[in-house]
Amino acid sequence: MQNSASELARLLVVDDNKVNRMALSRSLELQGHVVETAENGQEGLEKFRSGVYDLMLLDIEMPVMNGFEVLEACLKDFDLRQTPIIMTSAMEELDAVVKCVELGAEDYLTKPVNPILLRARVNASLEKKRLRDEQRKLFRTFATKEVAEELLRTGFSLGGQIVTASVLIADIRSFTSIAESQDPSDSIELLNQYFSMMFDAVSQNGGIINQIVGDGILAVFGTPIYYEDHRERAVKAGLQMLEQLKVFNQNQLAQNKTAIRIGIGVTSGKMVAGYTGTHNRAIYTCIGDTVNLADRIEEYTKEALRPLLIDEYTREGLSAAYKVEDLGKIVFKGKNQAVSVFAVT
Amino acid sequence: MPILDMNTFNALKDSVGSDFVGELMNTFFEDANTQMLEMSSALASKDAETFRRAAHSLKSNAATFGATDLAALARELEILGRDNNLEVGSRLEVIKEAFEQVKIQLNELR
Repeated sequence: MQNSASELARLLVVDDNKVNRMALSRSLELQGHVVETAENGQEGLEKFRSGVYDLMLLDIEMPVMNGFEVLEACLKDFDLRQTPIIMTSAMEELDAVVKCVELGAEDYLTKPVNPILLRARVNASLEKKRLRDEQRKLFRTFATKEVAEELLRTGFSLGGQIVTASVLIADIRSFTSIAESQDPSDSIELLNQYFSMMFDAVSQNGGIINQIVGDGILAVFGTPIYYEDHRERAVKAGLQMLEQLKVFNQNQLAQNKTAIRIGIGVTSGKMVAGYTGTHNRAIYTCIGDTVNLADRIEEYTKEALRPLLIDEYTREGLSAAYKVEDLGKIVFKGKNQAVSVFAVT
Repeated sequence: MPILDMNTFNALKDSVGSDFVGELMNTFFEDANTQMLEMSSALASKDAETFRRAAHSLKSNAATFGATDLAALARELEILGRDNNLEVGSRLEVIKEAFEQVKIQLNELR
């Protein structure tokens, strides 16, 4: 990965005018980039589809296929849309350029291209692409590819919406004392193994990891992609976690290492979901009573001595295949009303 | 209006390197000759679109080198072509003359 946008990037210059092609590519090469060229829109699009470029400089007025048509084709293609396109045009074509930028072109340059502007715009676009790529990578570590792409497709509009979804909170029992009793690097390794097991269970059931705090995980199901069966998916993920943990603990004990126990709370209902933060650093968060209750119920696993507890609305969403035991109504701290809690067995 | 705007020319030279600017000039000269021939034949065959394209390219290249005068003349021809008006009068002769002037100046800067 590039550390700075001014580092080597692979660029495609599409222009039917030979002087423009030569001048642009030479200038960009002297700025340290690898440059390839195409003489018309169609050739440009074919090359661009190979997916090896970091950025395209695209002329508007061209034979065979003009820049506008190339831009439209690229924006329709999910993979191509990730690579920035800078339109290059004559001063008089400013109307067309505005249209291109509105459509989704990253930026524009008027010809004759000023070398200082060229450098600035190319580097800014590459830097933006780099940030987007990083964001995509980050998403992929927290969610399945499908969910990550959905998040990217719907954009990063900050601000929430009310959704109906399920929340799963999982916590390791007395991890602090485990951590204190062993080598720090062993603790980190243990956590990493644990998290990868938990992540698999979440993503295999269509959920996303929302937050990790210490050894705790908050996962949501049914948002940002809605699933009718979000409640069952969340419970299924919980059961899968327990199942995998059992295997994990057998291995741990066989190697004379620490076994871990976890508590899981699942609740369902309305919550506010959305991106919070700034445009540069935002996380997808869910907040509301449903989330708070999941936290309380997860805590309650210690008292109930059952690893997986759910609330009433979650239970209503489960098919008859799930065995559930009614633990009665519990009044949680900070809540006025008693809540029915069920253990999934 | 000066034949060459030296600010634009120097910016171009800095951005592509002084060796390469000569190579770029050669391409400009060759293409300009082709473009002017295309304009003449497009005029004869009343092909306004080909005429417009050739004028557009010549304008673009002239502007790249800072040949503002030549670019303005080519722009006029481009507009005539766009408006499907091929009554260009003596403009083709004028533009050829302007191009020769630019060529002389540019060659001196090699």
